[in-house]
Amino acid sequence: MKKAQFSNPWLPYALLAPQMLIIAIFFLWPAAEAIRSSFYLEDPFFGNATFVGLQNYTDAFRASDYQRTAWFTALFVTLVSLLSLAIGLMLAVSADRVLRGQSSYKTLLMWVYAIAPPVAGLIGVMLFDQHIGPLVDFFALFGWEMRLGVNYWDTGIAIIIVSTWKQIPYNFIFFLSGLQSIPNSVKEAARIDCRSERRRFWTITFPLLAPTSFFLLILNITYAMFETFGTIDQMVKDQPGNSPVTLVYKVYRDGFRGNDLGGSAAQSVVLMVLVLILTIVQFRLIERRVHYN
Amino acid sequence: MTTLRIKNAVKRYPNGALAVEGVSVDVEDGELCVFVGPSGCGKSTLLRMVAGLEDVTEGEVELAGRVVNDLEPADRNIAMVFQNYALYPHMSVRKNLAYGLKNRGTPKAEIEAKVQEAAELLQIADYLDRRPGQLSGGQRQRVAMGRAIVRDPAIFLFDEPLSNLDAKLRNQMRLEIKKLQRRLGVAAIYVTHDQVEAMTLADKIVVLNAGKIEQIGTPAEVYGNPATTFVASFIGAPPMNLIPAEAENGAIRLGDQTLNLGLDHRGPVTFGLRPERAHIGASGEGLRMETGVVEELGAIRLVHGRVGPHEITVTQNADQPIPGAEAVLRVEASDIHLFDAETGRRV
Repeated sequence: MKKAQFSNPWLPYALLAPQMLIIAIFFLWPAAEAIRSSFYLEDPFFGNATFVGLQNYTDAFRASDYQRTAWFTALFVTLVSLLSLAIGLMLAVSADRVLRGQSSYKTLLMWVYAIAPPVAGLIGVMLFDQHIGPLVDFFALFGWEMRLGVNYWDTGIAIIIVSTWKQIPYNFIFFLSGLQSIPNSVKEAARIDCRSERRRFWTITFPLLAPTSFFLLILNITYAMFETFGTIDQMVKDQPGNSPVTLVYKVYRDGFRGNDLGGSAAQSVVLMVLVLILTIVQFRLIERRVHYN
Repeated sequence: MTTLRIKNAVKRYPNGALAVEGVSVDVEDGELCVFVGPSGCGKSTLLRMVAGLEDVTEGEVELAGRVVNDLEPADRNIAMVFQNYALYPHMSVRKNLAYGLKNRGTPKAEIEAKVQEAAELLQIADYLDRRPGQLSGGQRQRVAMGRAIVRDPAIFLFDEPLSNLDAKLRNQMRLEIKKLQRRLGVAAIYVTHDQVEAMTLADKIVVLNAGKIEQIGTPAEVYGNPATTFVASFIGAPPMNLIPAEAENGAIRLGDQTLNLGLDHRGPVTFGLRPERAHIGASGEGLRMETGVVEELGAIRLVHGRVGPHEITVTQNADQPIPGAEAVLRVEASDIHLFDAETGRRV
C-alpha cells in the first residue's frame, strides 16, 4: 500500500466523511434501531412501546413456524449454492473447451445475470404457472402435477430452480476466468503425465480452482440467504402464508404484513449475527486463502 | 539406432497458416539435438508435434520404431520440460515428481525410490515437501527436470527451459543439463532461439527458418560451413559479415576492390567473412577498410567500419594496437564463404 501524507491532519477525515455518513445513516442507524426494537413490544400504530426483554427472541425461536422456515432456509441455501456452483462449473468447463465462437457462447450464458430478481421471479411464476407454465406441462409428463402456491414442496422446488438459474451465470463467469487463468503449460504438462481427462480435472484443474470455488461458495450462500428476496416475493406473493420462504422473507412478512415489529426485529438481529459470522469467515479465509505463487 | 524419426512433418493450422513445412530429422540414441531459429520459425511447434500437444497435419513421427502420430501425449513415452517450468502449484515437489508415475500405476515403493533417486541426482532432496511457490527459479527448473527424469522416457523434450533464468544461472544450468543428459544417455531435443545455447549443448544442430530446415549438422559444421546466408548470420556472434559482391575471372569484386581467390564461379554473390577470421593491420595486401567505432570487450575488441559502402565488423585481440582511420584486412581464401546472391545458398 502506498502511504500518502496529508499536510492538513483533518483532510483525510473530511474526505472519508461522506462515506462514513452513508454507512451511519443507512447501515448503523437501522441496525441499532433493529436491535433496540427487538427488546420491545411495539405498537404497530406508533403508540407506546413496552420493554419485554428477550421475549421476542424466545417467542420467535419457540414458534414451530420459525423452525420450519429455518430448516427450509438451510435446505434452500445448501441446494441453491451447490447446484448453481456445480452447473456454473460444468458450463465453464464446456465453454473453456469451445474454440470457435467462444465469446458469443459466453455472452449468451451471461445474459441471465442481467435479469433483476423480481423479473426472474415473474418469469418463474410464468414458467410454473398452473395453466400456461411449460415446466408444469413438462413435469406433468412424468405424472407430477405441480401446484405453485398450493403445495408446499412444489413451491419450494420452483423457488429453488429459479434462484439457482439466476445465480448460474455469476458462478460461470468466475469459474471461466479461473479456468482461463490456469497456465496452458500446466494443462499440457498434465496431459503428458495423465491420460484420463476426468482424472486430470479432479487432480489438477479442480484443486487449482479451489480459491475461486471457496470465494464463490461464500458469495452464493450470501446470495441464497439474502438476495433471493425479490424472486421469492414474486413467486409466493399471493400465498405467503402456507408457502416456503426464507428467514429474510419471514422477517419482512412478520414485520410488514403481520405487524409484529418486535418479533421481526428480533429475527433480523439473528440474521445480522449470521451475516457477521459469514463476513468474518469470508475475510479470514480469503486472507489465508490458498495462494499459489 | 535411431530414437526419433520425423518424416516430412507438416503443420497446417485450420486458418491455412503453415507453421512447419515438410521437415525431416532423425535423432539418434543418446544424441542431444538442438532446434534453433528465430521466434516463429516453427521450432516449438515441431517439438510439440513430437510431444503430441499439436496434431501432425502430414508426415510421420516415429518414436523408438513406432509411429506415434495418433497417440496421446501420455502414451508416447516422452518427457517435456517447459519454459515456465509448468509445475503443479498445489502439489509438493514430491507429488509433482510422483504424479505421472502414479497415473501410470507404478507401485508405491518404486515411485518412492525413483523420486528419491532423481531428487538426489538434482540436489533437490531437501525441498521435497515444499511447494513450487516456495522455491527459487533455479530450484523450480531442477524440479521440472526431475519430473522428466523419473518417467524414464525414450526422449527428453526441452522447450527453451533456461530462458526464464538470469544469465549466470543460465550458464550453470546449461552445463548441468548437458552433463545430466550425457550421464543418463537418453536422447533429447532442445529448442532454443539462443545460438550460444545451441552451439554449446548440441551434438546435432537443426537450424530452422520459416518452417523449413536451413541446415542440419554438428556445431562445427554449422559454424564452419553454413549452408545458407541465414545460417551464416544466425550462428556465431558477432554474426558473419555478408556483403554483396560480383564473382568474375576467379576473383571477387567488392565495390572498387578486387580479391583474387582462384574461384571458378561467375555472377552476383554474397561475400561472407566471419569477424574473427579477418586480420586487421595498418598496411599490406588485402581489403581496404575505413574504421569507425571500436568496442572493447576485454579480451577482444570489435572494430566496426566500412568496406566501400558496406558495413563490416571485425574482431581483434585486445593486445593488438587499435587501427587508425584506414586499415587493411588480410583474409585467407579458405575463410571466405560465398553464397548465391539470389537463393542465399552456399556456392
